[in-house]
Amino acid sequence: MKPENGHSMPSDSKARAVDYVFRVGGEGGEGVISTGEMLTLALARAGYEIYTFRTYPAEIKGGHANYQVRASGALLLSPGSAVDVLLAFNQEAYDKHIQDVHPGGVLVFDSDSFTPPPSESLIYYAIPMSSLATEKVGIKLTKNIVALGALAQLFDIPIATFQELLRDRFLRKGQAVVDKNLQALQVGVDHIKSIKKQEALLLGPGPRKTKELVLSGNESLALGAIAAGCRIYAGYPITPATDIMEFLARELPKLGGFVVQTEDEIAALGTVLGASFAGKKAMTATSGPGFSLMTEMMGLAVVAEIPAVVVDVQRVGPSTGMPTKTEQGDFYLACYGGHGNCPRIVMALTSVEDCFYGIIRAFNLAEQFQMPVVVLSDASLGHRKATVPVPDISKVPVVERRIPTPEQLQRFKRYTFTPDHVSPMSIPGIEGGGYVAEGLEHDEVGYPAASDHENHLRLTKKRYGKFGQVEPIADELCRQYGDAHPEIGIIGWGSTEGVIREAVEMAQAKGYSVGALHPKILYPQPLTKLAEFIKGTKAVIIPEVNYTGQFATALRKRFAYDFIQLNKCIGLPFTPKEIFDKIEEVARNVKRGGQRPAVFATKL
Amino acid sequence: MSNAVVSDQPFSPQSYKTDEHPIWCPGCGDFGVLSSLYTALSGLSIDPKNLVVVSGIGCSGRTPGFVKSYGFHSVHGRVLPVALGIKLANPKLTVIGVGGDGDGFAIGGGHIPHAARRNLDITYIIMDNATYGLTKGQYSPTSPVGFQAGSTPYGNIEPPLNPLAMLIAYGATFVGQGYSGKPREAADLIQKAMEHKGFSFLDIISPCITFYNTYKVIPPTLGEVPPDHDASNRAKAFELAIQTDKLRLGVYYKTQRPTFEEGVAATITKAQQASPPRLEAIFAEFA
Repeated sequence: MKPENGHSMPSDSKARAVDYVFRVGGEGGEGVISTGEMLTLALARAGYEIYTFRTYPAEIKGGHANYQVRASGALLLSPGSAVDVLLAFNQEAYDKHIQDVHPGGVLVFDSDSFTPPPSESLIYYAIPMSSLATEKVGIKLTKNIVALGALAQLFDIPIATFQELLRDRFLRKGQAVVDKNLQALQVGVDHIKSIKKQEALLLGPGPRKTKELVLSGNESLALGAIAAGCRIYAGYPITPATDIMEFLARELPKLGGFVVQTEDEIAALGTVLGASFAGKKAMTATSGPGFSLMTEMMGLAVVAEIPAVVVDVQRVGPSTGMPTKTEQGDFYLACYGGHGNCPRIVMALTSVEDCFYGIIRAFNLAEQFQMPVVVLSDASLGHRKATVPVPDISKVPVVERRIPTPEQLQRFKRYTFTPDHVSPMSIPGIEGGGYVAEGLEHDEVGYPAASDHENHLRLTKKRYGKFGQVEPIADELCRQYGDAHPEIGIIGWGSTEGVIREAVEMAQAKGYSVGALHPKILYPQPLTKLAEFIKGTKAVIIPEVNYTGQFATALRKRFAYDFIQLNKCIGLPFTPKEIFDKIEEVARNVKRGGQRPAVFATKL
Repeated sequence: MSNAVVSDQPFSPQSYKTDEHPIWCPGCGDFGVLSSLYTALSGLSIDPKNLVVVSGIGCSGRTPGFVKSYGFHSVHGRVLPVALGIKLANPKLTVIGVGGDGDGFAIGGGHIPHAARRNLDITYIIMDNATYGLTKGQYSPTSPVGFQAGSTPYGNIEPPLNPLAMLIAYGATFVGQGYSGKPREAADLIQKAMEHKGFSFLDIISPCITFYNTYKVIPPTLGEVPPDHDASNRAKAFELAIQTDKLRLGVYYKTQRPTFEEGVAATITKAQQASPPRLEAIFAEFA
């Protein structure tokens, strides 16, 4: 596989060397997130790659909120480690984040709100944001914009990008609102001009001259769904998946599609199955609690062989858990949820850009194999923003389902046995194609066969038989980083791709023999690729943002190999450093110990 | 079924029969409902290729297999969400949902208010036998107090719900009651319900001969919706629905308001007027 991040980088070495982390903190509901978002967009438009991370309270108003954006001249793989610039609107933001600012870093703060203790190692810019907003603009709420003006002037972020942004953002509210905001921006700029610059942190225009999109994982996924031909979406609001529904509610009708907010998640998947049965590509997106409710419908999609795409933007469980925090805890539910022998395809999205192409692949797999495809994202990926090259929709051609030929319609058998186990599927409206999409075990016509013992085995084999074709695709959809034949291997899945890749680069730079394999289809597993990868290693680390190592456990069923788990279960994603530290620890053990046991894969 | 060998004149009641023989007990009320359905389909000359019969689980759940058309035998209680999806994908299809009182009012009860208020243009027929026939006769949401069976050995203590009053309250735009023992009248009722534009609901009393045989109890209680009943008056319809001294057959309530499908079409038009329907235009919004 070619990497999808085809960023073009001019040879502006100074701008390319830029790599700064900005963090904004303050009271939730007071514009912290929108300040962070505007800073992000301005940096992206200025020509930098961006990678955001945000935490926000589960409450709507109040509580602490913060938004972090890393801006760089080169491709970014993680949110970064230490903070270069902290913008603190209140004492709490200072208290919570000051320890993350590295020595020599910058604190920009609202001096009307609090006074930090003096510091030897940090650069302080005390800016009376609230009073500047009140006295010079006349609206206290514009203190965020004053702050942005200050940042722009302090660090030489092209002011024009902010001005353009404010016009785009506020024009709907009238020219007067635009003017007030432009004035607030200028107040921030002028204030900085009147004080002395104390450090050398400067950005200037970024190296990228072409336009890129700034998308969250959820937005990228929704765009990809549209490109895949999805025209019906049914869902129920749930954090952190809701913005997929809201995005599509806005966009699908423009393309003749529609979003329906159903009464619950059971109805959501039921509606998706009805729409798909009637010939439209349909999807739903949810998080753990909703996905749990969909379990029975998943089985119906499997037995009735109906294409469907189910996105699970994972959050901390079980039960209501921690709705705004991230986890990779739904692997088991995605692969095994449901009663009976219930094959489905499970994919995991790895980056904001992969959300776009990954969801197209999910629709393709669903249509090609007439089965539900579960797509695992998570809160950290769904809600972080990144710069993404304008998608090239020719990169992943769209696949349509197999419909019956006129000959097949002469005596139509909906579930007829075929060499590849996929049967032609007629669509209501097709003459002679009538059949019953059947939740009971059925024969190849579709007639109920709830008492035919041998038939059940034949049909079960048919449904699982599709995996024979999915597995080679799964092998193909693995990405590999670092050494091709490493001593220490890492197998990751989902949103950990970037941090693992960065950790591998760190470890390689220190001379370790390290490589990572990152499958995109997790079920059925890419056994051939996994076996090849594991074979030459002396140790394999499996990092997962869950408590028990769900993917590691699944791999142990297939490989007689002593995988080393690295688990994080505090509702936050890994940092590259955490994975790097584990690599170092394992490398020390490998040096002392010997070769790991031989590898073999067990077929289903 | 497309491959049904039973053929008759096109659009005759016989032409809608499949070669799958109903598995119901001899004497089951569902036979009456099925034959009424054939008659209604014939009366409206519904093209089988544009018809989808959707069911959940229970004795009624097998109905799609007995109607020459497309069908969807889904899971317990989920007739209406599946029907919603089908109509969203292709509003031109004729969709009939069938279910029992357990499927519709117990496990699937949460979907009824929403299908009704959306005014989804489908016909939803409950084959109401006031028991769970397929699991051998437990009490259902429409069983009377005192009903004695496997799960209520000392008698049912829960008052039954009133399907007609419930549907009128939820905003269904067509509500009627039929009886499987009067298949001609039931056929007429189904035809009227199908002709109605919007969410039409029929509660068709359909006795379970094996576990709750009401064939002797029902006929003396039968009546008709009074000829002077104003079915367009919601309050009057509700008043009539809560009079349970008799099983009055006929149309209780009928009104017109925009359907869900019309709302969808209007939304699409509105969105397309505001913005060009191109993916590239959507990309541009995020640059």
